[in-house]
Amino acid sequence: MSTALRNRVAIAGIGETDYSRESGRSEMMLALQAIKAALDDAGIAPSEVDGLMTWRVDNTSEAEIAANLGVKDLAWFGDINQAGNVGAALVAHASAAIVAGLANVVVIYRGMNGRSGARYGRGEVTGRRGQGGSAFTEPFGLLTPQHGLAMTARRRMHEFGTTSRQFGYVAVSEREHALRNPRATFYGKPLTIEDHQESRLIVDPFHLYDCCLETDGGGALVLVSAERARDLKQPPALIRAAAQAGYAKGRAFVDTSAAALAPRFWEHAGVAPSDVDVAQIYDHFAPFVVFALEDYGFVERGEGGPFVESGGIRWDGGMLPVNTSGGHLSEAYLQGMNQLLEGVRQIRGTSTAQVEKVNLSFVDTGIGTGALLLERAS
Amino acid sequence: MTTPTEGQTERPPFPAPVPTEDNQPFWDALREGRLVVQECASCGGLVHPPRPMCPECGSFDKTWREMSGRGEVYSYVVTHQAIHPSYNGHLPYATVIVQLEEGPLVTTNLVEVGVDEIEIGMPVEVTYVPLSEEVTLPLFKRR
Repeated sequence: MSTALRNRVAIAGIGETDYSRESGRSEMMLALQAIKAALDDAGIAPSEVDGLMTWRVDNTSEAEIAANLGVKDLAWFGDINQAGNVGAALVAHASAAIVAGLANVVVIYRGMNGRSGARYGRGEVTGRRGQGGSAFTEPFGLLTPQHGLAMTARRRMHEFGTTSRQFGYVAVSEREHALRNPRATFYGKPLTIEDHQESRLIVDPFHLYDCCLETDGGGALVLVSAERARDLKQPPALIRAAAQAGYAKGRAFVDTSAAALAPRFWEHAGVAPSDVDVAQIYDHFAPFVVFALEDYGFVERGEGGPFVESGGIRWDGGMLPVNTSGGHLSEAYLQGMNQLLEGVRQIRGTSTAQVEKVNLSFVDTGIGTGALLLERAS
Repeated sequence: MTTPTEGQTERPPFPAPVPTEDNQPFWDALREGRLVVQECASCGGLVHPPRPMCPECGSFDKTWREMSGRGEVYSYVVTHQAIHPSYNGHLPYATVIVQLEEGPLVTTNLVEVGVDEIEIGMPVEVTYVPLSEEVTLPLFKRR
C-alpha cells in the first residue's frame, strides 16, 4: 500500500471570495480573486504558479487563468469529470504531480455563480434529455443529483432505521457552527429541529433544510512541497493522505464509494478514524453526512443517526465536530471547496469554530469520491 | 392527500428516452409488450441498464432474457418541488426503483398508486405504456 505521498506536499495557501446569491462578477473574476487571495496568503507570486487544476464542471479555462496570473510555463493542468464531488481527488492528483516533480506550485480553484448562474438543483441544468444512461432514469422523473441521492437515503433509512429527524440534527449542528462564522450565508439565523421537520419537502425524504445552499463565490488552494511550505508565511497543512474513488461495485442505493475507498485510505494514512480530531464532510444533502460517518468507519452502519442526534458532530462537546464552518448547508455551496478551506483552517487554528489541539483534520468531498487527511507539522 | 402518482393522461412531461445501439433491443421488446434484460451469452449474468461489456466475465456477447414482470418496490422518492418548469401542475410525483424477481433493479413510475401509499417491499407488476410510436415505457402497478 502506497505511502509515497505521506506528508511530502502541503497546502500552503487558502483563499476565497465573499459568498452571495448574486456576485455581480464573472466566474473568471471569482476564480481569480480567490486564487490571488490564496497566493497572497501563502506569500507566493502569481507568476510562480506552474500548475492549475479545477472541476470539469467549472466554466473557466486554465489558459485564461494562467494568462491573468502571468504564468511563465503552465507545466501541469487538468480537471476531473463527475460533478461537484471532486475536490479531494484534485488534491490527490496535484500532490502526485508535485511528488513526481512535474510541477512545483499547483493551484486548485473553483469559481461559480451557483445561484445567479447555472443552478445545480435544476433539471434544465443537469438534465441530459434522455440521452445515454439517462434514458433509464429521466423518463421516470429523475433529473437532478438529488433524485438518485434521495433514493439511496430512502433505502438506507429502510435498512438501518435512520430517521428524517436524525438527518435534521446534521442541519441543526451545522447551523450552530455557522452562527459563529460571519462569512456564512446563514450567519445570525438559528435553526431548530422543529424548523427542519416542518420545512417543506423538496424530494421526499429530503426536506428543505436537508439541501445545500446555492452560492456565488470562489475558493482556491495553493499546494507546494512540504519542504517549500516550511519557509512560507503560513503553518503548512501537510497532506498525510489523499485518495479518490470514481466508482465502486457494491449494493445499489446502499453502498457509497466511501465503503471501497475507506480501507485503502486509512491504510495510506497509517491512522484510524478514531485518531481524527475534526472532519469536514460533503453535505450536498444532510443524510450523506450520516452515511459518510458510517462508510468511512467513524461509526458503525446504523449508528450514524443516533450519533448525530446525541450531539456527536457538534463543535460544542461533540466527539467528532463536523463541518465547523457551517458546511454546504449553512455556510455556502462551493462544491467541496468550503470543506477543503475549513479543513486547512482547523490545522492552522483559525476556524471560527476551532477545535482544540487539532493534529489530524479529515476532509471528504463527496460520498467517498475523494478524501484527504491533513496533518499539523511538528 | 392521496393523488394519483401517474395517471396515463396526466403524466408529467418527462424527457423521452433516446435509445442507442447498446440498448435498442430493450426498447424494441417493450413496444412488443415484453420486458427483457440483457443477459451475458457467456456467463448468463443479467446486466441492467444494458451495457456493452459483461462486468462479471468481460464478454461482449449478449442475448435478451424475458422477465416475469413481477417485482417489489426497492426504493422510491417523491418530488414535491418543480425542479423543471414543465412539472408545475404535475406535483407531487413518485419515482420508484423496482427489484424484479430475477434480481435487476428497474427505475420506473407506479400507475394507480397514490404517492402516500408507496412502501418498500410493495409487490408490483409491469404494465406497458406507449409514449409514442417509437417508445413504450415499462411502468408498474400494484399486484
